[in-house]
Amino acid sequence: MRLVILDDYELASEWAAKYIRNRIIRFRPTADRYFTLGLPTGSTPRGCYEKLIAYHKSGDLSFKYVKTFNMDEYVGLPRAHPESYHSYMWNNFFKHVDIDPANAHILDGNAQDLEEECAIFEKNIADAGGIDLFVGGIGPDGHIAFNEPGSSLVSRTRVKTLAKDTIVANARFFGNDLSKVPTMALTVGVGTVMDAREVLILITGAHKAFALYKAIEDGVNHMWTVSAFQQHPSTIFVCDEDATLELRVKTVKYFKGIMHVHNKLVDPVLTMKND
Amino acid sequence: MPSNRTVSDASITQFTNCRLLRDHQLTREDLWVRDGRILDPEKLFFDEQGYADRQLDCGGAILAPGFIDVQINGGYGVDFSQLSEDASVGVAFVAKKILEHGVTSFCPTLVTSPPSVYHKVLPKVKVQNGGLHGAGVLGVHVEGPFISLEKKGAHPERFLETFRGTGGGDRPGGIQRLLEVYGCLDNVAMVTLAPELAGSQSVVEELCQRGITVSLGHSVANLSQAEEAVQQGASFITHLFNAMLPFHHRDPGIVGLLTSDRVPAGRSVFYGMIADGIHTNPAALRIAHRAHPAGLVLVTDAITAMGLPPGRHTLGQQVLEIQGLHAYVAGTTTLSGSIATMDQCVRHFRHASGCSVPEALEAASLHPAQLLGISSQKGCLQYGCDADMVLLDDQLNVEATFISGEEVWRRPLQHGAQQGGH
Repeated sequence: MRLVILDDYELASEWAAKYIRNRIIRFRPTADRYFTLGLPTGSTPRGCYEKLIAYHKSGDLSFKYVKTFNMDEYVGLPRAHPESYHSYMWNNFFKHVDIDPANAHILDGNAQDLEEECAIFEKNIADAGGIDLFVGGIGPDGHIAFNEPGSSLVSRTRVKTLAKDTIVANARFFGNDLSKVPTMALTVGVGTVMDAREVLILITGAHKAFALYKAIEDGVNHMWTVSAFQQHPSTIFVCDEDATLELRVKTVKYFKGIMHVHNKLVDPVLTMKND
Repeated sequence: MPSNRTVSDASITQFTNCRLLRDHQLTREDLWVRDGRILDPEKLFFDEQGYADRQLDCGGAILAPGFIDVQINGGYGVDFSQLSEDASVGVAFVAKKILEHGVTSFCPTLVTSPPSVYHKVLPKVKVQNGGLHGAGVLGVHVEGPFISLEKKGAHPERFLETFRGTGGGDRPGGIQRLLEVYGCLDNVAMVTLAPELAGSQSVVEELCQRGITVSLGHSVANLSQAEEAVQQGASFITHLFNAMLPFHHRDPGIVGLLTSDRVPAGRSVFYGMIADGIHTNPAALRIAHRAHPAGLVLVTDAITAMGLPPGRHTLGQQVLEIQGLHAYVAGTTTLSGSIATMDQCVRHFRHASGCSVPEALEAASLHPAQLLGISSQKGCLQYGCDADMVLLDDQLNVEATFISGEEVWRRPLQHGAQQGGH
């Protein structure tokens, strides 16, 4: 496991975006060989998306040969609802870049048969050759995607009932009206993300500090589903100083001490301009 | 090649790098157009998995809905009220010229004329879409002849009419009289009348039922008469302050409609403003704007001389002298009418009122569209609306005009900005 600690949210977002950029460019995607990217929603990755968009606008990065798979979507929420993850992805990312709409996969929470929709999503991932890099965020209770506490650590894409904490936390996006907050979601499983060749998890802010502690210093536990990634061969946690508040001093010191090694992953930052 | 044949063969244009006027503010957002209409790109992306066939870089300029002029009497030497056989030709000529002012649709306006003129001209000036040939015609604005003698302004007195039946009372009055005078209402979008004329109530109601906008003007109506007309369906005030009783605190007259509490719920009264800096004092403009900003509709009320170069011009029986934005009766200091263009009015309005850029632009687009009940198609850049647009720099100078997504006018390159530097 790698733990990358940056001073603040901006720098953490930028570091993650540079990493994704370099990872895509090194892959040299072509029409015959797409890079597959798993993507999150929520407030944490916004800064990272902004950076990726800037790289695209400057001509350094293209998503033409990238396939994306989103982690989750609410059930029963109209696709055009401003809080749907379709809207989120459109407004925060897709409309700004050159991705082919046919390559942008998001679970349809309004599908007639939700279980079939989940099975098709898993099949689409498999048909795309699996995920090269899954980018994720976590909730304060350590959930990854909508794999709420107690979710099986080998789960696959499925319908999931949201935890009360999540519903209450989301109420702010629905006019603080609990009755309007969707109570179910479609989500990739922990196992689905674990299958990715690489996983990058963004964790920022003091309110996520305990979750980060549970993720990396405590044992693997299905009550903190993100802790499953302790057993993933290639996971990077990218966090800001605030998120480290619950970690032990020696953990922080160790990982800060090897930042110069981790920084080689993003320095030099590559470009597609000369291709 | 159209990227999404399954839905439509029409190609998709994406206007990029622009600041869109949408939801009363300027936002950095691209705009997609297909089949002459503004497309919801999110639906395109997710439902059709389609994308734009071509991109048009707007260079960071403001992309706003095209201007709509609901009161324009002519221009470039053409007087819509003096036309007969070649009415459509004259209208078409002006329609083409005003594209450079950012006007994408308009209501050619006829001042008080004898029935024979209405009978000849009205059938010829057809409602039609705009395009490369010129701005769209939304219908004629007939200003008069059912107006007040006292407030006739420049309208010829001998052609004024009332709603009374003529010929000893056995001939019908009201709407029948109006139909006799106009001949045909098919191409009429708006009628300006004086609500104090006897019989006007039923006329207002009847016109509104036919989908024709009724405007109050050239009138000595008091406030309660004006309010009654609004309750019958009238929704506009023709060139506020001009040709009506001046504001008085015990009877504010038609001007009082701006703050009336007797306007039916859910309805709004709009008012036309000639913001050329000459016909309305900037202080009066500000009073109106601050009292009722959502109702302000910029109109040019332009006359024949609009668009002509400075100097002396002979127009019909008149000799005019144009100096700047003033058109004088030659040799006098009598103003003969407005010659400001719509883009000049927008700039002046913004400057004089201190309003925001979106407010200034909406007064020439959204508000007139709402007034005419066409704001689901024109006057804004919501999805599904006609892609009638104007591209403007930060000083609100028109750079280009688009109708149905097609470029119909573009400002020629300045000499200094030309490539090569010969």
